[in-house]
Amino acid sequence: MSKTKFGIVVFPGSNCDHDAYRAAKHIMGQEAHYIWHKDSSIGDADVIILPGGFSYGDYLRTGAIARFSPVMKEVVRFAKNGGTVIGICNGFQILLEAGMLPGVMLRNSSLKFVCKFIQLKVENAETRFTSECEVGDVLRIPVAHGDGNYFASREIIDSLQEHGQIVFRYCSRAGDIDDVSNPNGSLSNIAGIINKEGNVMGMMPHPERAVDLSLGSADGKKIFQSMIESLVLS
Amino acid sequence: MYHSNIAITLRKSILDPQGKAVEHAIHSLGLTSVHDVRIGKRIELSIDSSTKEEAEQITEQVCKKLLANPVMEDYSFIVEKIEQG
Repeated sequence: MSKTKFGIVVFPGSNCDHDAYRAAKHIMGQEAHYIWHKDSSIGDADVIILPGGFSYGDYLRTGAIARFSPVMKEVVRFAKNGGTVIGICNGFQILLEAGMLPGVMLRNSSLKFVCKFIQLKVENAETRFTSECEVGDVLRIPVAHGDGNYFASREIIDSLQEHGQIVFRYCSRAGDIDDVSNPNGSLSNIAGIINKEGNVMGMMPHPERAVDLSLGSADGKKIFQSMIESLVLS
Repeated sequence: MYHSNIAITLRKSILDPQGKAVEHAIHSLGLTSVHDVRIGKRIELSIDSSTKEEAEQITEQVCKKLLANPVMEDYSFIVEKIEQG
């Protein structure tokens, strides 16, 4: 079986690129390479990861400047052709600013940076990012962000709901979607969404930081495994 | 040359937790008549342009495409001519 090639985009200020690389290459046993944000090609990557961090120091708005990086033109083209793209944390914020996913991230309602393990409920298991999960599964994965308060108009939220585009919601250990389990004030406890075509997903929690029990959880592996399996099947 | 003074604020429909926190602080100063505190950004830029209309048009474009995210922010600006020399 040929290995999946993960391309990890490195922006100035990315800081989860190494975690993503390690997760893809050393934990999942696939191929991984970094893609500098000034490159005009993404090479032969099967999956593009926009990693977490503080691209361009979060200047102006989170993700606002990174979307103008030369490599983003290629990432958009890759996605338009059906390529698999996952944006994690700052990567999610970049996908929103680039218009590849709808909505925006506001400052956390607490005004505080939140860094802790949270629970995520899988709302849609028929995606190439969650096929190794079941609907209703509760994953334990950490978040680390100051601007993760997902906001969009009521129409957009309804449309996301209607089309099964809400992939993850913050929940309690028992799987209840409640305010106490929402770390940032996101509308409808939204933690991760996917585009209508199903090939671009953004999520605030960090699956690459939950790939080994010695790190507190290995639930993030399910997301990597799903992406790998989806490419084998396609 | 023209000078643009741009103000960006969160849209009225969006809760501004920073503004709320500052409002509480103002109230704790005893100034309870103050309300609707909103926090935003001010951005200044200079534009090489021969007409005010063109400078306004460029400012509009910059705001729309980069400086403000229309999903959550409103913008307004004032463009003034700067005398060179």
